Amino acid sequence: MSWPLRVLEDSVPLVMAAADVRKSLSRMAHEIVEGSRGEAPVLVGIHTRGVPLARRIASAIEGFAGSRAPVGALDIGLYRDDLASRPAMPLAATRLPVDITDRIVVLVDDVLYTGRTVRAAMDALNAFGRPAVIRLAVLVDRGHRQLPIRPDHVGKNLPTAASERVSVRLVEIDRGEDGVWIEPGAPGISGADGRV
Amino acid sequence: MSFLTTRGVPRKDLEELLDSADEFNRVLARPIPKVPALQGKLVANLFFEDSTRTRLSFERAARALSADVMNFSAAGSSAAKGESLKDTALTIRALGADLMVVRHKAAGAPRRIAAWTGRPVVNAGDGAHQHPTQGMLDALTLRQRFGGLDGLRVAIVGDIRHSRVARSNVFAFTALGAGVTLVAPRTLQPVSTGGWPVDATDDLDGVLGEVDVVYLLRIQAERGGLSVFPSLPEYVSRYGMTRDRFDRLPAEAVVLHPGPMNRGVEIDDAVAGHPRALVLDQVANGVAVRMAVLFRLLGGSG
Repeated sequence: MSWPLRVLEDSVPLVMAAADVRKSLSRMAHEIVEGSRGEAPVLVGIHTRGVPLARRIASAIEGFAGSRAPVGALDIGLYRDDLASRPAMPLAATRLPVDITDRIVVLVDDVLYTGRTVRAAMDALNAFGRPAVIRLAVLVDRGHRQLPIRPDHVGKNLPTAASERVSVRLVEIDRGEDGVWIEPGAPGISGADGRV
Repeated sequence: MSFLTTRGVPRKDLEELLDSADEFNRVLARPIPKVPALQGKLVANLFFEDSTRTRLSFERAARALSADVMNFSAAGSSAAKGESLKDTALTIRALGADLMVVRHKAAGAPRRIAAWTGRPVVNAGDGAHQHPTQGMLDALTLRQRFGGLDGLRVAIVGDIRHSRVARSNVFAFTALGAGVTLVAPRTLQPVSTGGWPVDATDDLDGVLGEVDVVYLLRIQAERGGLSVFPSLPEYVSRYGMTRDRFDRLPAEAVVLHPGPMNRGVEIDDAVAGHPRALVLDQVANGVAVRMAVLFRLLGGSG
């Protein structure tokens, strides 16, 4: 699959357009079902943009498999390892619609970068139960991992410099169209909400 | 940043705190009601004035966030030996406190301690001034019950003059959209309510039929509350929440009391145990609100 590199206003390169996001999520939905071997996975989106992505994957699964996977939302604010180095953020809702014990749980997020968010998310999940398996699905893997964490389902592998900023915009949260942009920015900052 | 008063706090900030407290209530309902958010932080409870329930509530909140807790109470301490407030505060800071929860009989003591130590301070009650986490837990209790405070009619009844709870609640409730009427004999009304967005009356029976919430204050003997009206029976006859008065409230109206209750004075047994008396909801919400405050003040770089 080739990814057209287009340049929008302000010379910020678009690396995934709305259609690319849609195709990636559809493919990931198929992979998730195949990887679940007949069991129904629980999709858990990480705030902020992981939540609508998880919902979209659930809709895609419903489209071809007929049944809708339960979708949860996870705020990892209470489990971060870098609380002291960032401003306090308001907590978003954490909701798991089903007991995750012994289930296949797929964590969903927009950008995988250092892996610290995912580590915190796994800690947060463990407070609710002991899943049989935890998998990770991300729209973009931009590299630069600081922890031994790898994704199971990836929309796009996007080699980046640490100084670049990957912006994901989704219609449910942001204005305009879906898309992924890469722009020069302050080192260590990733994601439209500044999460690493 | 400290949390010293509900007065002048923008509605958006109050609502954000309540939203966060809602989430902490969900954390407290988990099988393991504990999160690692404040691991390694040290919360010091500095209680220069007696309080068991408020201290326990802060302690529970801090521990549920995995913070460590250090308790200082004035009785039998260095304060009793004549140490100044400032020296005590600086000593507690030197012991490694990241945040101080302060209760003191003098209004303004928590603000002084925040200035001396440069540490965040939560006011847990200063004289007759403020007790802001009480105001927020009461607001949370009402929001849970009614969905929001907009348009709620609240009567705060009793010893308004000596009550920091009344002051905290007036500003929290009105900022969130409620209308507040202060109900008390003249001698227990504040000397001035200039700048308070409230009505006042000395006639409880006159407002019973038109309120959604009756907030009963404790008669505070320790602050002179007994000396300003002729007798307890007279107080009860005009301001006590008797079963008879309770039955004259609108059908959905609720009764709150910050505790500890003087049963038979502000509130009758039959009312205190009624499902529309939300006293224990208030206590439970206190933990969640204090978690929200501690997390807001310590769960970030400032």
